Amino acid sequence: MQREADLAHTADEPNRRDFIVIAAQAFAGVGAAMALWPFIHQMNPDASTQALASIEVDVSPIKEGQAITVSWRGKPVFIRNRTADEVKAANAVKVADLVDPSARNDALPEKAPATDPNRTKKGKENWLVLVGICTHLGCIPKGQSMSDAKGDFGGWFCPCHGSHYDTAGRIRKGPAPRNLEVPPYEFASDTKIKIG
Amino acid sequence: MATHESTYRPTSRFAKWLDARLPLPRMMHAQFVDFPTPRNINYLWTTGGLLSFCLVAQIATGIVLAMHFVPSAADAFNSVEHIRRDVNYGWLIRNIHAVGGSMFFLAVYIHIGRGLYYGSYKAPREVLWIIGVVILLLMMATAFMGYSLPWGQMSFWAVTVITNLFSSVDSIIPGLGTRIVQWLWGGYAVSGTTLTRFYSLHYLLPFVIAGAVGLHIWALHVVGQNNPTGLEIKTTSDAVPMAPYAVMKDVFALSVFVMLFAWFVFYVPDYLGHPDNYVEANPLSTPPHIVPEWYFLPYYAILRAIPNKLLGVIAMFSSILLLIFVPWLDTSRVRSAKYRPIYKWFFWLFIISVVALGYLGSKPPEGSYVFWARVFTAYYFVHLLVVMPIVGVIETPSKLPRSISEAVLGKSGQPVNVGAPAAPERR
Repeated sequence: MQREADLAHTADEPNRRDFIVIAAQAFAGVGAAMALWPFIHQMNPDASTQALASIEVDVSPIKEGQAITVSWRGKPVFIRNRTADEVKAANAVKVADLVDPSARNDALPEKAPATDPNRTKKGKENWLVLVGICTHLGCIPKGQSMSDAKGDFGGWFCPCHGSHYDTAGRIRKGPAPRNLEVPPYEFASDTKIKIG
Repeated sequence: MATHESTYRPTSRFAKWLDARLPLPRMMHAQFVDFPTPRNINYLWTTGGLLSFCLVAQIATGIVLAMHFVPSAADAFNSVEHIRRDVNYGWLIRNIHAVGGSMFFLAVYIHIGRGLYYGSYKAPREVLWIIGVVILLLMMATAFMGYSLPWGQMSFWAVTVITNLFSSVDSIIPGLGTRIVQWLWGGYAVSGTTLTRFYSLHYLLPFVIAGAVGLHIWALHVVGQNNPTGLEIKTTSDAVPMAPYAVMKDVFALSVFVMLFAWFVFYVPDYLGHPDNYVEANPLSTPPHIVPEWYFLPYYAILRAIPNKLLGVIAMFSSILLLIFVPWLDTSRVRSAKYRPIYKWFFWLFIISVVALGYLGSKPPEGSYVFWARVFTAYYFVHLLVVMPIVGVIETPSKLPRSISEAVLGKSGQPVNVGAPAAPERR
């Protein structure tokens, strides 16, 4: 009992030794955390990967109704020359009916509604440029070649887990949570697109 | 049980000298020679030995493969073909390693099923059980990273799909999930950088598993083995020494297991694989139908059964993590399902659900496949979260034998169920 009383007493009044112990532990803790960071950060994208490359694509050979896939930063980018019917179908959809109401256009703010004009460039509404990666788990949706299954909404269909995208690349049915992303791009000329 | 009297008696001068300095032979003798083993354990209790064999086989063949494999996006696929065609006995060692992964999971699922049926997770074996769940998770991580290394189409797209599971965090904290995925990849898409780090971890994790197996066996030898009656060893007549009784049983089971193993290795080495993985990885084209290896199919079916991305991922991970809580979810006073007339049926329903989910995971996510995947996913969770706690309370267990000896020998102490020998000995 005497010993317990002593312990209680010392706990009430921290002495010099307590201070040194706590300071040493804190120093070792912070040091260990700082030493850990390089070992974690080395796994992040490195300088050569980060060097943001941009590419130029000649779209003149793409006829109406056709699409091509190009590689940008290691990701596939879909460029589709939509038919008038496809554009009309995309415009006919109300934003309120969409799974994801955001335009997901890198050139527009997050809140911009997912209307067809917000997913394309003015005056070039037939051209749809998208990062061709399903927002569910990263598969590449089908729908680029003429013979592909294009899903229930005439755009793209992801075979992995059954997500259907419409002719504006918006998610309509299936497990994917977001519309296909519109990457930063511009028309360098009438027939050239610069992505990135 | 770890405190039983060991019969170890060092005889040679060297053995006595070593025993006074590092009593390793004494420990091995106590734990693996005269360790008391319940006299009634059946062949399901040989799976632990089979699993140890699988781990050793995977490490031995893996070290050899690492001598010839080139972990880069440009060379990985070709180096695996080089191993199969050019390296002396490379075909054999590569086939053992590839088939070995499947055999490892086959044995571990039987091992887990046995634990669930005979209540091997119940007190005092909770820690033993939890270490087992940790080993399962480590095995899954190791198998997943190993499957990426041949850099075929299935390798590449399996890595893409599974690492993308973490992007679902985006729907809780926007942007964080993407950061995590890019950190895992070391880029903006799966690339050679990803392959190299997976190779490094695939070499590391088996040794972590070996360490966890050491803890698993330690925990097992503290509390002792469970057995089909679920009763503890109470008297010396309830147990037999591990060697030769349990060891010989293990050896016989292993020889049968190795025959099955060899049949796959020599006759159908690719049966459990997927033809698409003999097409080199192409980041711009997803195969029309991605499926994981067979041992991941039930989890994959659960993921796809749920139409919301985040909830699907949560359901998939919790299907395994829930196992950690099984010792407390099961409220029954009786361990073994052998004496649980109601629970027994639910147990088999659970096994059927898991097998059905495995089948559904291999099918495309459409039509009635989705419906049935939802039904069996629902039962998987209902079983663990509702059936286990409730049945344990309402059920009246059937009468337990008083001891392991009584279960084997009957009340009189004479063997039961033993008629006249088929070929009576004549002298």
